[in-house]
Amino acid sequence: MVSSFKEALESGKFVVTCEVAPPKGINLEKTKHHIEFLKDKVDAMNLTDHQSSVMRYPSLGAAIMVKELGGEPILQMTCRDRNRLALQADLLCAASKGIHNVLCLTGDSVMLGDHKEAKGVFDLDSSQLVAAMRLLEKGKDLGGNELDGAPAFCAGAIVTPEANPIDPQLIKFEKKIDAGAEFIQTQAVYDMPKLKSFMDYAKQFPVKILAGIILLTSAPMARFMNKNIAGVNVPQELVDEMASAPKGRAMETGIEIAGRMIKQIHDENICDGVHIMAIGKEEVVPDIMSAAGLT
Amino acid sequence: MIRSITQQKPEEELEELLNGVNRIFIVGCGTCVTMTRTGGEPEVVAMREKLSASGKMVTGHVTVPVACDNLTGEITEEYGEQIEQADTLLIMTCAFGVQTIAGQLRKMVVPALDTLFIGKETAHGEFNEICTQCGTCIIGETGGVCPVTACHKGLVNGPCGGTDQGRCEIDKDKACAWTKIYNRLDELGRLDSMRKLQKPRNYLGEPSPGKLVMNG
Repeated sequence: MVSSFKEALESGKFVVTCEVAPPKGINLEKTKHHIEFLKDKVDAMNLTDHQSSVMRYPSLGAAIMVKELGGEPILQMTCRDRNRLALQADLLCAASKGIHNVLCLTGDSVMLGDHKEAKGVFDLDSSQLVAAMRLLEKGKDLGGNELDGAPAFCAGAIVTPEANPIDPQLIKFEKKIDAGAEFIQTQAVYDMPKLKSFMDYAKQFPVKILAGIILLTSAPMARFMNKNIAGVNVPQELVDEMASAPKGRAMETGIEIAGRMIKQIHDENICDGVHIMAIGKEEVVPDIMSAAGLT
Repeated sequence: MIRSITQQKPEEELEELLNGVNRIFIVGCGTCVTMTRTGGEPEVVAMREKLSASGKMVTGHVTVPVACDNLTGEITEEYGEQIEQADTLLIMTCAFGVQTIAGQLRKMVVPALDTLFIGKETAHGEFNEICTQCGTCIIGETGGVCPVTACHKGLVNGPCGGTDQGRCEIDKDKACAWTKIYNRLDELGRLDSMRKLQKPRNYLGEPSPGKLVMNG
């Protein structure tokens, strides 16, 4: 098996992943602490790639750290900052370091980040990046040349189940699977009926799907996401629930909500697992898992 | 009709470009910039007033009919003396005009405008980019809507996750190209075209700088 994450996906168990954001700078202590704290509690951890187009320590560097610390990394790679030469080179580097799980993303526009005047690359798109990984595995690069030593990957991609309109997204979702995606981590979902209806459709495809769960930390944070993050829709009753949390205890309510959603996804067998995004609050991931009854 | 779409440079930038320049000759154009109201006769006159008010000497001005035309050189010849007296030419045309004039008159040129894109007026006072002249046209598979131009990321396999309600993630005033393509193909009963996994784009269509030499 190419990786323990792939093994977990194929075992049929309820898979749990979480994400760790690399630091802005070379002080790796906090990232290292998060990795060590979480590595034995989840099946794998995603390393974000200049999330929201904010320049940081690279996801590949952080994935190498995870590997060195004995964890299971999922390397996130966006198409925003590298052309096809650089993407393929980094894939080779990753595989040579024992990093085989890769999540392919298009990447946010540079205009949304902290280097707004930079050039966005997008030489490949996310489905083409998945296809490139499958090609490299066959010992060929995108230029049609032979590789001296072929890598092996567990390829992943994303989907936004609450996108509006949804149909164009579903076509792209199917193209990612056709290109060779083995697992999907979804954008954050809060609306269970919508997730169920997406899964009723998605279950026909040979791909493992982990539902994205973003921890709500306050009512304003929920409103901010509704206003600013495409495809994320926190229903009013959850915003109200966050707003009604006793002062200073919003986080507990957020953990409870995330735990409740994960429990439902698990108990009703809606998805193959969950991907927990606790943006900046990685230390509460075990609390969320325990609120979900997973530990 | 396809047009060169321009916008006046921010005042501070123009001031900096003209810092230390005292005698200026202004050139406007009678074509695209009249539509965007960035470099036609009224804007040229307004610029002359503004520069004079700021203490610069405007040695003269002309609004040529088509600045990117080769005849521009002959027209500006009539203003030989006024041009001669100037240190710098302030050109209120698109970059095609600026380059044409710079190639014909031995003077430093300062562009007063930024050339944004080649596009057309799609509604009164609204201009949209239509084609980026990439050299490898793929719109036969996208219902005639160009994702290379109309998608902020130039994606060729469908929308990114940033699109929302048919709008682009960078600007709610911009349409999502892939929502448009989906709707067009759906209407034509040709969504199969969108389902095809497109290979990475070929950027070798015409390597920059573009040049075409016709044989015979």
